[in-house]
Amino acid sequence: MIDALPLLSPAWPIILGGLLCGLIPWYGLRKAVSLAMPLIAMAFWFSVDQPGTFGALEVAGFTFETFRYDGLSRVWGLIFIIATFLNSIYGLHDRDRLQDATALIYAGAGLGAVFAGDLLSLFFFWELTAISSVFLIWASRNPAAFRAGLRYLAIHVLSGVLLLAGSIIYATNTGSWAFNDIGLDAPGGVLIFLAFGIKCAFPLLHNWLQDAYPKSTVVGAVVLSAFTTKLAVYALARGFAGTEMLIWIGAIMTAFPVFFAVIENDLRKVLAYSLNNQLGFMVVGIGVGTELALNGAAAHAFVHIIYKALLFMSMGAVLYRVGTVKASALGGLFKSMPYSAFFCIIGAASISAFPLMSGFVAKSLTLAATAQEGHWITWLVLVFASAGVLEHSGIKIPYFAFFSHDSGKRVKEAPWNMLLAMGIAAFLCVFIGVFPGYLYAILPFEMDYQPYTFDHVVGQMQLLIAAMFAFSLLMRFGLYPAERPSVNLDTDWFYRRMGDGLFKWAWAMGGRLSASIQNRFGVAGRALTQRLFNLFSPAGAMSRDVPSGLLAIWTSVLLGLVMVIAYVAG
Amino acid sequence: MEFLASILPAQIVAHAPAIIVVVPLLMAAVSAIMPNGKLSWALVVISAAVSVVLAIVLTVDVQTSGVISYAMGGWAPPAGIEFRIDSLNAVLLLLLTVIGLLSAVYALPSVAMQIDANRQSLFYAAFLVCFAGLLGVAITGDAFNMFVFLEISSISTYVLVGMGAGRDRRALTAAYNYLILGTIGATFFVIGVGFLYMATGTLNMADMAARLPDLSSSRVVQAAFAFIIVGLGLKAAMFPLHLWLPNAYAYSPDFVTVFQATTATKVAFYTLVRFMFDVFWPDAAFVAVSFFWVFAVLGIVAMIVVSIQAVFQTDARRLLAFSSVAQAGYMMLGLGIGSVAGIAAGMLHLVNHAMMKGVLFMALGAFAVRFGIRRISDLNGFGRSMPFTSVAFTIGGLSLIGVPMTVGFWSKWYLGVAAFENGWWWAVAALIVSSLIALVYIGRMLAAIWVAEPQHDRDGDIVTARAPWLMLIPIWILAIANVWYFFQPEFLISLTNAAAEAALAGEAR
Repeated sequence: MIDALPLLSPAWPIILGGLLCGLIPWYGLRKAVSLAMPLIAMAFWFSVDQPGTFGALEVAGFTFETFRYDGLSRVWGLIFIIATFLNSIYGLHDRDRLQDATALIYAGAGLGAVFAGDLLSLFFFWELTAISSVFLIWASRNPAAFRAGLRYLAIHVLSGVLLLAGSIIYATNTGSWAFNDIGLDAPGGVLIFLAFGIKCAFPLLHNWLQDAYPKSTVVGAVVLSAFTTKLAVYALARGFAGTEMLIWIGAIMTAFPVFFAVIENDLRKVLAYSLNNQLGFMVVGIGVGTELALNGAAAHAFVHIIYKALLFMSMGAVLYRVGTVKASALGGLFKSMPYSAFFCIIGAASISAFPLMSGFVAKSLTLAATAQEGHWITWLVLVFASAGVLEHSGIKIPYFAFFSHDSGKRVKEAPWNMLLAMGIAAFLCVFIGVFPGYLYAILPFEMDYQPYTFDHVVGQMQLLIAAMFAFSLLMRFGLYPAERPSVNLDTDWFYRRMGDGLFKWAWAMGGRLSASIQNRFGVAGRALTQRLFNLFSPAGAMSRDVPSGLLAIWTSVLLGLVMVIAYVAG
Repeated sequence: MEFLASILPAQIVAHAPAIIVVVPLLMAAVSAIMPNGKLSWALVVISAAVSVVLAIVLTVDVQTSGVISYAMGGWAPPAGIEFRIDSLNAVLLLLLTVIGLLSAVYALPSVAMQIDANRQSLFYAAFLVCFAGLLGVAITGDAFNMFVFLEISSISTYVLVGMGAGRDRRALTAAYNYLILGTIGATFFVIGVGFLYMATGTLNMADMAARLPDLSSSRVVQAAFAFIIVGLGLKAAMFPLHLWLPNAYAYSPDFVTVFQATTATKVAFYTLVRFMFDVFWPDAAFVAVSFFWVFAVLGIVAMIVVSIQAVFQTDARRLLAFSSVAQAGYMMLGLGIGSVAGIAAGMLHLVNHAMMKGVLFMALGAFAVRFGIRRISDLNGFGRSMPFTSVAFTIGGLSLIGVPMTVGFWSKWYLGVAAFENGWWWAVAALIVSSLIALVYIGRMLAAIWVAEPQHDRDGDIVTARAPWLMLIPIWILAIANVWYFFQPEFLISLTNAAAEAALAGEAR
């Protein structure tokens, strides 16, 4: 389309922009760079009209394929570039040089990983996302964020190492570094799967997400929410499409965060849980593995990045102006932040998949594909989870932040740049919801799918209305005061039948169980550390200064051993 | 590099193998009678610079025309002493001299602070003797001559370590321990050489190598093998013979630590490779078995156990010293793999480790010059107190962990690949575990440097300082090299591959 440009990965201009931002001391120029680079990357993206692999680099005897442009990577590429641009607008007010630089490098690394054609390039960008993104958490500059960042870094480096180890095994056994369908049965496949799983926040591997994201900065959380996990979804779609296990993993992912999200008080943490739940939908789509399902996963990732960013942006605006996002401390903000409230509601409606919103056109693809393949249990879980999404993201977020009881806080409306970024995101949510054809056209596979059929719309509306009805009923009778939002908020029809009591009981028991498990592990961990310390600390048995006579004996012992070995062999 | 060879007089080029050792040795005598430390230091820098030039000339010569054999004093080998340079020790000469030059430049401010003014000339003289000794070990082709040079370098090192006593009395016990153990190692080595002489009737290594395959079932040869491996292993800080090392690094003057950590154990490792492949016959059963049962096993134990030891240290240099032993484990593993890829990976890590530990120890020395600190908890907030040095330290630390974008990554990469080719997946697992432990101990220091609150003066401003230029420049040269050779690894890889091939082909034969 734009022939004059070289066929280069759009990742490079963004990474370059990040490096430049790290060097530029002038605030204005830095912001200009961070706005311009995504646009340049966009031009690079548009300049390719033919699928193919470009940008091969030769380093130390390896060929790094840095730009593979095909049906799958181009969707992710496009949305990553859009997200980078939106993030740049959202961050215009921010004067933190470190954050400007790392946000761009991180986005560029994510983009680079999506376009990587071989496992080694994937690994490099994979690690780069981890190392650059941790600064967005550290940018909060408080001890809690620092520790969370360290944990985050450790687990992501582990993911990278697993990926590398798996790749080496895979490549030495198959003789190819190409990053295509891998499958669990391939040598090293399990390691690579685990590496992807950590980044994708599989159940039990997910804790880093809820741990780190809410502790990051206003802008940082928005940036973080877009790339890491969606990159993992892409990698799974590329390497493990159609893996049966993913259906179950995805189903669990959609369901379990609902409970946590409903009870959580920190609204950004609620969003982190709901992020996990949304990933579940995509993972199910990948597990089903049909063309329709993969399209569903891709479409979901695309719209999800937009509305999740929108929600994080609105909560970021609240945090920026009020200084907290604790549900118990907020309320009534719609009077002072009307635009933010409005955009937040659009984001919430999107994530809840209201018809005419972007979430609807994407989620219905996955649901249809699941039903088509006859995974009924999964389908039911997904439906239940959809109701849960409405509960914790669709209603809870805007309600407690902007409505609810009036906290009496009167603050300024969010800065213009935040509003602009939110406005664009909100527009995209509605636009894709009303004209899904544009989104469907760029999906990996061609398909003929009509989201707005009678039963789709009615089915979805039933679910949504029942949930909202339940919510307002409970509100009317004052069953959950905003001051104690950890009381069960689950009110949807599916759930009420089981009863609040059961849930409360299960929650309390679960809480106790996990506390006791943590306690045990904590005790065991402390005992182990103590033991190691006793052994290895400077005064410990293994590291004490030893008299030279003893060392001489050791030397002789080793001599004896080597001699025995030599004699036996010789 | 060819340019250098062409401008030097042919006489010098022809005698380069001798000159490179003789210059520092003679300069040592001159340096000892200098009236003050600065003049001695100038002599050190000059002789190190001369040796760099000669090492480059020799390397180019080896690359273009193969093995150089230089007959000392015109007495032809095997009767006379032979200096013999092939691709294997050319790498080492290059490393030794370049690092020697950088640390010599670095020495002035550090030594000026840590050594009494009236002893500085002697200190530099001892350093030059040590430098000459190490070069001699690397260059010689004669087993007994190697022992002599090994002792020259070791004895001068004991002195250098002991000179730390001015600041920290523990240096004396460290030096004493090192003396006892180093002597045991050297004695074992010379006993082994004696046995070999008994069995083969020659002291020339190439000559021995030619005769040994017929003698591989001789008990004398096997005993010689055991003595030599243990003796040299002690010098190379092979686990569990490393116990002299932590204190010797932790309490000696900073400059000595830098130089020791980057060169002394490296040279000993080279001698191990040389004896394993080019003197003993690697196909002989007792040599083949020891690859796995001695080097791979001990290397892996060192990688894990000593790394854990490093985690719990409180003294920054002691921590890095333990880490050095663990890193020596990586090289032992490479040697244990025994293939060309394995040796090449070990040699690559040898070079890379010199670069990363160089930065780390140099940066600690710079911290010590400005703030006199030793413990990890004293590093608090140095990211803001001494930002330039701290950034370099961070680069070195990341390189030690093996993060991509630093040269340490290639070490682990090639080591991992070599292990996989052998089917040693457990070695790769150990590599990963050890890297994660490295993340912990380096992370401890980085956390102190970058996160903890810096010192404030009475007005509440952060106390800042800049390291002296003479320290900052070598530190940054090494730090940049750590990153540069990640992106341009071809130079190092071709050098180390050639070295490994030379070792395995037994070009010394």
